[in-house]
Amino acid sequence: MSETVTYREALNRGMADALAEDERVFLFGEDVGASGGAFKITDGLFDRFGPKRVRDTPISEQAIVGTAIGSALMGLRPLAEIMFADFAAVCFDQIANELAKYRYMTGGQVTLPVTIRMSNGAGGGFGSQHSQAAENWLLNVPGLKLVVPATPADAYGLLRAAVRDPDPVLVFEHKHLFNLKGELNDPPAVGELGKAEIVRSGEDITLVGTQLMRHRCVEVAERLADDGVEAEVIDPRTLAPLDLDTIRASLDRTNRLLVAQECPPDGSWGASVIARVVGTQLEAFDAPPALVSAEETPVPYAGVLEEMWLPSVERILDAAKRTLDY
Amino acid sequence: MSSSTSSSTAEIPLSEQLEWLRLMHEIRVFEEECHRMFAQGIVRGSTHLGQGQEAVAVGACRALRASDTMSCTYRGHAAVLAKGAPLDEAFGEILGKGKGLCGGKGGSMHLTDMRVGAIGSFAIIGAHLPIALGVAHAAQYQGSDDVTLAFFGDGATNIGAFHEALNMASVWKLPAIFVCENNLYGEYSPIASTTPIERLSERAAAYAMAGATIDGNDVVVVHDAVAEAAARARAGEGPTLIEALTYRHKGHSRADPAAYRPPGELERWLQRDPITLLEGRLREAGVDSERLDAVRGRAERAVAEALERAKGWPDPEPETRLEHVFA
Repeated sequence: MSETVTYREALNRGMADALAEDERVFLFGEDVGASGGAFKITDGLFDRFGPKRVRDTPISEQAIVGTAIGSALMGLRPLAEIMFADFAAVCFDQIANELAKYRYMTGGQVTLPVTIRMSNGAGGGFGSQHSQAAENWLLNVPGLKLVVPATPADAYGLLRAAVRDPDPVLVFEHKHLFNLKGELNDPPAVGELGKAEIVRSGEDITLVGTQLMRHRCVEVAERLADDGVEAEVIDPRTLAPLDLDTIRASLDRTNRLLVAQECPPDGSWGASVIARVVGTQLEAFDAPPALVSAEETPVPYAGVLEEMWLPSVERILDAAKRTLDY
Repeated sequence: MSSSTSSSTAEIPLSEQLEWLRLMHEIRVFEEECHRMFAQGIVRGSTHLGQGQEAVAVGACRALRASDTMSCTYRGHAAVLAKGAPLDEAFGEILGKGKGLCGGKGGSMHLTDMRVGAIGSFAIIGAHLPIALGVAHAAQYQGSDDVTLAFFGDGATNIGAFHEALNMASVWKLPAIFVCENNLYGEYSPIASTTPIERLSERAAAYAMAGATIDGNDVVVVHDAVAEAAARARAGEGPTLIEALTYRHKGHSRADPAAYRPPGELERWLQRDPITLLEGRLREAGVDSERLDAVRGRAERAVAEALERAKGWPDPEPETRLEHVFA
């Protein structure tokens, strides 16, 4: 049994099921209550679970993340929302210095089962301060788990896994995928952090992408198939922990690697993936690995400019062909 | 909303006050040992000592129950000891020993002992105030009447996290007590050069919470003010901001000789040394010098023995560095 739902609906159901499963779970953030959230992702949860379990906060991101930390410390399972991932910059100290390090600095005296959801990514015309792929900022901070779901099933499954996880998990929800439809089993499956998905099998080239780029990689693979080239598409689904084994095994089969990402190249997850496989698996490559990134500017507003900023299907396809023709 | 609480020793048994005196001596000697060890290069990094501020830590923590929690700053040795952390494990942590409070991963600025409700020492100014919200929220959510108390310096009242925390604590009516240790200097800068008001407790009014400025060198005054705030918090009446006026006898950190202080200031404050004040009060209550000396002697021995033990502990096992990133 399964039904077709949107990414948004899958997130909503994930939160509802997490709240129903465990009394310790509470959902809070800016406008998540009666108004149902800036993107209506929390719609109906306030009515169903009431003001104790679903609570509005002031516009105070540091207070939101701090409340998550302190509540988790005392045995609750906070599910916090930061409206836009870009606002992680406002509470970067709470995330990078407190949440990520608290357990380590205290020698394991504290456990922090915190989940923070944030809307992520470009493509919607939100401009430079509401469109970034902010997961990249946090790659260099040990102590955090970073989740980047691309489908309704993963949005549900990984959110549920995040809430059950004993450690801090940041869930980046891609704004441009909120209306994407997909199948959700009944009952829906709870996912597993740190497990990539082989979205499509192929033996000629490995394409790796998350969120919006995963879907573009699938389109690229279909275009390549028209020319008789079989691409393998891998969606890491979580960047920390990163399932590098699945990427390595694929590379051993295809001997060609392309990573597509919607952020500039420096300090990015794609650059990390390539550095790690090149460092240990150089002999597997028949061509230099390709990193297809966004342009090295802030995200522009106008539709034509933003589309040029993001790696397009054409741009990824061209890079794949260059890699194949090398 | 500012007010001054007058001291009322009458209700506090002599035995309890002698216990406070012992604890204040322990903290004073502990800090002096830390100072010595840093000077000798036995200890790494930096340290921030609190000689002169013992009455705030002791008075406040002794007004809490064992199940209440306390968070503090990088100048937190006194608070963590006052909440009940063992001397030897605190020394062990500062010395980077495997048997230290945090297994040698935290150091002087991060002393934590969850067993006694000392939930953390935080080295980013003001960062624990939002975390205290969560701790207080958990008590409210779980229907417990525990409270949480957060110590911070006067400098923290100008950082954003302070305002976010006090505002939300008040809006959510959380059982939190915010205790500002106003030692007149934010790092090296006198408070008047950074803050447009003289009485920091006035900021409580902006968040519609109770606020008071008190004599932070009088342990009884501190105890009574915190007990009153705790009762209010337990009754569901929300948070309190307490400004405790005090003075650090040493500089900001071991690198700071505190040359920015006007002549005579330290000397004036030394006359109001919190230990001297409490001893004077106890003398008035009929405790003789012999007994007071015995209390100090006992504290000095306890600290010396704890330090001896901690020094004898081995370094952390190398593989422990990879532990405790995740659960």
